[in-house]
Amino acid sequence: MGIILNNISKKFGDFTALDNIHLDIPEGELVALLGPSGCGKTTLLRIIAGLEQPDAGQVFLKGNEVTEQPVKNRQIGFVFQHYALFRHMTVFGNIAFGLRVKPRKQRLSEAEIKDKVHALLKLVQLDWLANRFPEQLSGGQRQRIALARALAVEPSVLLLDEPFGALDASVRKDLRLWLRHLHHELNVTSIFVTHDQEEAMEVASQIVVLNHGHIEQQGSPSDIYDHPANAFVSRFIGQTNVFDLEQTDTFWLKNSGLPTPQIGKVAHVRPHNIELAKATAGTAQAVLKDWQHLGALIRVELLNKEADDEVAIIFAEMPNEQFKALQIDKGEKVAVRIRHAHWFH
Amino acid sequence: MPGFRPAISFTLVYLALIVLIPLSALLLKTFQLSPEQFWAILTNARVIASFRVTFGSALLAAAVAGVFGFIIAWTLVRYPFPGKRLFDALIDLPFALPTAVAGIVLATIYQPSGVIGKAIMSLLGVQVAYQPLGIVFAMIFIGLPFVVRTIEPVLQEFDTAMEEAAASLGANRWQTFIKVILPNILPATLTGFALAFARGVGEYGSVIFIAGNMPYISEIVPLLIMTKLEQYDYAGATAIGLVMLVLSFILLLLINLLQGWLRRQRGQL
Amino acid sequence: MNVSVTRKPLSLADPNGFRYLSIGLTLAITSLFLVLPLATVLTEAFSKGLGPYSDSLTHPDTLAAIRLTLLTAAITVPLTTVFGVAAAWAVARFSFPGKNLLVTLIDLPFSVSPVIAGLIYVLVFGAQGWLGPWLAAHDIKIIFAVPGIILATLFVTFPFVARELIPLMQEIGCEEEEAALSLGAGPWQMFFSITLPNIKWGLLYGVLLCNARAMGEFGAVSVVSGHIRGLTNTLPLHVEVTYNEYDFIGSFAGASLLAGLAVVTLIVKTFLEWRQAQDLKAARLASE
Repeated sequence: MGIILNNISKKFGDFTALDNIHLDIPEGELVALLGPSGCGKTTLLRIIAGLEQPDAGQVFLKGNEVTEQPVKNRQIGFVFQHYALFRHMTVFGNIAFGLRVKPRKQRLSEAEIKDKVHALLKLVQLDWLANRFPEQLSGGQRQRIALARALAVEPSVLLLDEPFGALDASVRKDLRLWLRHLHHELNVTSIFVTHDQEEAMEVASQIVVLNHGHIEQQGSPSDIYDHPANAFVSRFIGQTNVFDLEQTDTFWLKNSGLPTPQIGKVAHVRPHNIELAKATAGTAQAVLKDWQHLGALIRVELLNKEADDEVAIIFAEMPNEQFKALQIDKGEKVAVRIRHAHWFH
Repeated sequence: MPGFRPAISFTLVYLALIVLIPLSALLLKTFQLSPEQFWAILTNARVIASFRVTFGSALLAAAVAGVFGFIIAWTLVRYPFPGKRLFDALIDLPFALPTAVAGIVLATIYQPSGVIGKAIMSLLGVQVAYQPLGIVFAMIFIGLPFVVRTIEPVLQEFDTAMEEAAASLGANRWQTFIKVILPNILPATLTGFALAFARGVGEYGSVIFIAGNMPYISEIVPLLIMTKLEQYDYAGATAIGLVMLVLSFILLLLINLLQGWLRRQRGQL
Repeated sequence: MNVSVTRKPLSLADPNGFRYLSIGLTLAITSLFLVLPLATVLTEAFSKGLGPYSDSLTHPDTLAAIRLTLLTAAITVPLTTVFGVAAAWAVARFSFPGKNLLVTLIDLPFSVSPVIAGLIYVLVFGAQGWLGPWLAAHDIKIIFAVPGIILATLFVTFPFVARELIPLMQEIGCEEEEAALSLGAGPWQMFFSITLPNIKWGLLYGVLLCNARAMGEFGAVSVVSGHIRGLTNTLPLHVEVTYNEYDFIGSFAGASLLAGLAVVTLIVKTFLEWRQAQDLKAARLASE
């Protein structure tokens, strides 16, 4: 039993932040709450923590209902977006805080607290910073100290609000991997909020996609990428070409080999599901506009001049070698073949 | 950028004429006294008593203003209540109200027949006006806005995520207040306290009407200087004035240090 | 209608008892220490009705005191303002050795007891002062005369404009002024078309507080005035003299004018703070 949310709703004035959310998170997962800003993901995280009270619904942690429990009784660890380190305390004081505010009977001795804090500092690889103040640390160090502070109380659930949001791009990359490894080591159920789909894909074992206070889809990163539940998820995760049957020339689409739809009239096609070949008669054609190197892959920009209203751009991706073998130049025509599509209404 | 020479020249000349040269007169006049004379003036029992009354009252008043000011700043920042903006604007009244007006009004209210004076007299059996206690009340009045206006912006900028972090780590509201909020508001509170103290020490107008001005008991230093001047005892007035000036310099230095601390703290993170 | 109330989690909200106690104490302290004194001025001034009140205000001594107070403000406020702008320009736009010392010295009069502010002018210009014999020989009166009152007021209002403008001008920065110069504006054109509009609310704020202090100063003026009725009594001194003569109506009538000045000052101050906050917000948005 990990975390169960039942019928959670929350309004701020007239604005509906969360509308009847059901969510079941198994023990030990590392879950990303992913969505655009204003989708309710941070509110949901704060409701799980008890920093926000839902208007309706229940929160269960490890099988116990905690909806009416204040945050201090929920045994959660919370890492704030801007860390919220206590700036008048040293790093040591920050990490020891949760241990020192325990009721006298449950409190460890100062010697035990010292050992525990140093063990945590080792865990986050910052043992030499114990006597520094937060203002003397870099952003990445503050982030890790905030994490160590949250872990000190041995939380049953670890909650992180945009954990990499305030960091430089290079530090962010390192910390993502580090967080994933740390989670493997500790195996504590963890939820983090992010608006960055790449980050969610790279770090999480489960992704929950939120939009306008609704859950759009929950699943593993590959589930979500390969089988998006709806148009929103398909667009939000990864890049997608959108073909609307009512706006695109159906003859062109048929020639591209696109399977006729069972349901729906909008086709979403991932760039790697578009194949290019030398243009011949009876094929769907487009003009090569430009291309960019993405490491091992080439991204090709194509202009579909036969689209009805305006000139639409199609993105295709393929390995370098394959693109070289085609031997086409900018402005030349190529044949477009669509291998696979998701259909939505 | 143009205009440095005229701006700095005017600034320095004006500063010298209005502030520095007159202030140096105090110093030079004191040097005309022999050390023995100087010492005799300062160790006079009435002078010592007036210093004790002034600094004791100012210390007590600044402490009370510190507590009151903290409560008011906390309430104004944290809790909504009807008429809040009006009360917020009123806090500055002691800055804006001429001290003579404050003086006669406070004396009227706290005298034994006054609105509050009578109530305190019948409840506690204590007389406020024309006693050292009256001096303390006047200095609280004059010091209150210093404390409120120093704490208020710091509380407004206080990162409430720190409170949430404390709660998420298991601290109750009281522990959060004592261990997280208070240490972060402390520099501002101390600065406000020091400002109120400095103002109270030098205060004249709002105090003399309520003080009773009895030598040895309720006579403040500024009044003693005034009295010496009226008796043409320039040497006495000057010597006492110089000591007051030096003490206010020390206070100013202390306040600058506190404010530096406060600025550094506010600049953090 | 169904209004949804956002519930704050119990562990983060302060206990209701604590909240109501804080609000209660705040209202009690402000009422007793601030509202009551203000109300007392009026009840005392009108305690014998409108007639004696207006008689006191139209008494020649009162009128003379009002005239002197206005004259003092009319001379000191412009001088302090010009000094404040010059000092702020030098401090906020240039770096030079001794700048921190200069800023401290500008703030100095704030921490000097008003009585000492008066005392130092007596030591310079008084009968036994440095210039006393020379002034007496040329029949010039400064102490126990209007010039002394103006000098003492200049001292106590000294920092009022400068200390508002220095941080404000530092925050605004000099980019716009440099832009104006680069576009060919002369120094005065730059000052009147760029600097002044940018600092106007802060400047007015400083002038307002300076004026309140100039009209209300008591201690410093008391030392140098000599309390000569109809000649060297400002309105605050007139309040003191009449109070000490047990003419409470006369005293509180004068006090009611000064309290009115304080209330107007507070209202205008609140407005200026609001305007300045708006301007700074707009400036920050524009620079982002």
